[in-house]
Amino acid sequence: MSRLAAHPLFVPLLIAAIVLACGFGLGSNFYLRVATLVWISALAAIGLNLLMGFAGQVSLGHAGFFGIGAYTTAVAPNVLSISPLLALVLGLVLSAAIAFLVGRPILKLKGHYLAVATLGFGILVSMVLTNESGLTGGPDGMTVARPELFGLRIRGVDHWYWISGAVLVLGAWLAGNLVRSPTGRALRALHDSEVAARVVGVDVARYKVVAFVVSAVYTALAGGMLALFNGFITPDVAGFLHSIEFVVMVVLGGLGSIFGSVVGAAILIALPQALSAFQEYEHLALGFVLMAFMIFLRKGIVPSLVALVWRGSK
Amino acid sequence: MTRLRRLTRLAAVSASALALGLTAAAAADPIKIGSVLAVTGPASFLGDPEEKTLQMYVDQINEAGGVDGRQIELIVYDSGGDPNKARTFATRLIEDDEVSAIIGDSTTGATMAMVPLAQDYEVPMISLAGAVVIIDPVKEYVFKTPHTDRMACEKIFQDMKANGYTKIGMISGTGGFGKSMREQCLDVVGTYDIEVVADETYGPSDADMTPQLTKIKNTDGVQAVINPGFGQGPAIVTRNYRQLGIDVPLYQSHGVASKSFIELAGDAANGVRLPAAALLVADKLPDDDPQKEVVVNYKTTYEEATGEPVSTFGGHAYDALMMLVAAIEKAGSDDPAAIRDALEQTSGFIGTAGEVNMSADDHLGLDVSAFEMLEIQDGDWVIIGEN
Amino acid sequence: MAEFLQFAFSGLTVGAVYALVALGFTLIYNASDVVNFAQGEFVMIGGMATVFIAAVGVPLPVAALSAIVVAMIVGLLLHRLAIEPARGADAVTLIIITIGASIFLRSAASFIFDKQFHTLPPFTGDTPILFGGAAILPQSLWVLAGGFVIVILLWAFMSRTILGKAILATAANRLAARLVGINTSYVVGLSFALSAAIGAIAGILVTPITLTRYDVGTLLALKGFAAAMFGGMGSPIGAIVGGLIIGLLEAFGAGYISSEYKDAIAFIVILGVLFFMPTGLFGRKSVERV
Repeated sequence: MSRLAAHPLFVPLLIAAIVLACGFGLGSNFYLRVATLVWISALAAIGLNLLMGFAGQVSLGHAGFFGIGAYTTAVAPNVLSISPLLALVLGLVLSAAIAFLVGRPILKLKGHYLAVATLGFGILVSMVLTNESGLTGGPDGMTVARPELFGLRIRGVDHWYWISGAVLVLGAWLAGNLVRSPTGRALRALHDSEVAARVVGVDVARYKVVAFVVSAVYTALAGGMLALFNGFITPDVAGFLHSIEFVVMVVLGGLGSIFGSVVGAAILIALPQALSAFQEYEHLALGFVLMAFMIFLRKGIVPSLVALVWRGSK
Repeated sequence: MTRLRRLTRLAAVSASALALGLTAAAAADPIKIGSVLAVTGPASFLGDPEEKTLQMYVDQINEAGGVDGRQIELIVYDSGGDPNKARTFATRLIEDDEVSAIIGDSTTGATMAMVPLAQDYEVPMISLAGAVVIIDPVKEYVFKTPHTDRMACEKIFQDMKANGYTKIGMISGTGGFGKSMREQCLDVVGTYDIEVVADETYGPSDADMTPQLTKIKNTDGVQAVINPGFGQGPAIVTRNYRQLGIDVPLYQSHGVASKSFIELAGDAANGVRLPAAALLVADKLPDDDPQKEVVVNYKTTYEEATGEPVSTFGGHAYDALMMLVAAIEKAGSDDPAAIRDALEQTSGFIGTAGEVNMSADDHLGLDVSAFEMLEIQDGDWVIIGEN
Repeated sequence: MAEFLQFAFSGLTVGAVYALVALGFTLIYNASDVVNFAQGEFVMIGGMATVFIAAVGVPLPVAALSAIVVAMIVGLLLHRLAIEPARGADAVTLIIITIGASIFLRSAASFIFDKQFHTLPPFTGDTPILFGGAAILPQSLWVLAGGFVIVILLWAFMSRTILGKAILATAANRLAARLVGINTSYVVGLSFALSAAIGAIAGILVTPITLTRYDVGTLLALKGFAAAMFGGMGSPIGAIVGGLIIGLLEAFGAGYISSEYKDAIAFIVILGVLFFMPTGLFGRKSVERV
């Protein structure tokens, strides 16, 4: 069992199986929509997990990249008259470029200083999106053009469920490969001890920036997909609370666990739906769940469960 | 797959229509009305009274025997004002709960995120949010009850023009409401021969606006100041305004139309002018005012049930529910398309916001005359009327 | 000049609140390495509890004192029920616990109190004092004076009392503190209660100016956190200076540059300073232990 679980294709295939099962098992468009939102958020969470779980660098501003991805996808078709899908790609390039530029100075900071710098970055992005209402429609948001692929209009949950599911599987597979590559080993060395990594000749600054750029691209892709899926976008997506949600998804599921990020995203997205009968108490419950999980399952859900199963099988 | 689903739905609809026609057994089924509101979160001061109003009046209608002998089942979800959540809950209402109509959301952003759903699924939706973009251009299945921000600007500028002001300062909140109203005001201000000579903004949770107001104060020739925004911002602006001793008139928007604004701004509120619905001045309306009965009833019912002072926001929900119920009665069924058609024909409906006359190209049905121009004097609203 | 003074007073008043929140961050951080994102909630509890206790007919000063006690109890409970059981967890886990606590407290406040904005009467009227052409509210002076007194008292407590010294010792080296017989868990709990009290006092002082509602804590926690980092985490002087500078930056930014981007100006300066001084203005240069 454990050898099987260690196989590079195990996690992507597991996710693919879940996507397929839900796709055929969930009857109503409402459930499919919730699942689609889970896949999209999970992609962003996997991206952030590459940064936090593997490279050990915290970011409290990742929703900024989500916003850049989403708004490039929304704004570029109006301004440059390009197709929304091309705009999405442009959003990824833009996020990568911005992550590369700000990455080096920001990642020199450590611990809480890094946290406040990324926080500031995220707030700056959401402020620009809110204030430049000529382009972005301001706080009330803007409509996003529907994309076409090979003459087919992509719209609705039916299409986006499968697209986001496929992208998530691909993203999980690529992330797994990255973690196992020499770069990934260097990143993990970074997480354990930066000094030790430096001593054995790892170019610490470079690898941190690589992790930052990759995670920014994952998050921006998720943002772009959400914009196209919803057909409408507001600056809330780049807000501080959204950044915190991503961090919570990562930590709840388990730092360094790719499947954990999917679980974390599923919990955070599905919880408000499950608790809608007690909507008044939703936040009370959310706050309580966060504290309880972090106190009792400190490593995150998936690693804790794995450890439990391990102990049981011994 | 979709086609199959559509076919099954068609079959289900025709089967139920058949059942209705043959046995009338379906009459015992409740009519489902869904609602997505910002009950919590930063816009909860909108969603909270709206939710209470809906629950209160649905109970009242049900106790009185329901609509056409059928009970109303109200399903309310809390979007927290988040557009993404609003859209998910709207999907849930339509797909899972299979409601006949939707009331909500409380904010413009969340409403706009729900609009494509109402259109695609052909379910009528009545928004409780302010911005004019919701109904302009007209969307087949989308209606709204509150006055638009554009109308508020027009009402204010009419009053300014009547007073001979030509140069004004503006300070607006950067939240959705303030930002949208600021743009609408800038858009229509020219037609009143008024010029905005100072244009400042403040963040939705800012605690001190004296720097911005100092700038306006030091701008030459400002004869009046207008403050689009809602929440605590306008109350702080009003206090800072008096603190700095600015002596030209201050106009607030309909966004502050609740008693709590006067409480929060204190003595500084005296002299502030604003356009507002008749609801605020229910007891001061002349007895022959067609709205008098409606607004006095709503005000007493709400204040007795909740122990909180009435606000125009809850009134928007009241109007939406009553218009919807009237439309369902008129349509004689809970079929969404039939309700939509009946809603569009609403005419002569007297609500808390004014008299509503809808048409195919007006899904709001209110005009500027639905606003009263008020001034706060000695901590109370006073109608200053047309001048 | 009048304009400059007006902006300066606006910035100092708002900045004093940021400074007190940052001071609360610093106290807890020094004693326990926890960055407490629920710090803003103490400010909210201070203001809201005073409003609601006063509403049942209790005289205002008594209501204010009770509110401070309430906040301190919440602070102690937070430490006992959420922080203490998670001892040894890494920094990010602890941050998420406090974020969870802040969401929980905020939501609880919306039930226990309500969702409306509230205010308190100014302590000594609201007739502005004219000073060099600037109009200053008496309450602003209360905020500034209150902040000053808190800082002095805290300093005296830390350097003159055994308890204060125990906190300092725990902050400097927890293991060593435990070895010399200090009950570090007790000390950390005490630091939570103290910073809750500071937050609550800030909330009471500032509510007559800024109003309060169940959710005002979020933004204050953000700004306070930024201020604490800006000044240098762990440095009380850094927290005060950091808070005041951010307040001033916002006021001058809004007055002289652009009111739309005033928050941006503050964060750009913070980022700039951190790039050149990676441990903040007054941060200690620490040597990493390998």
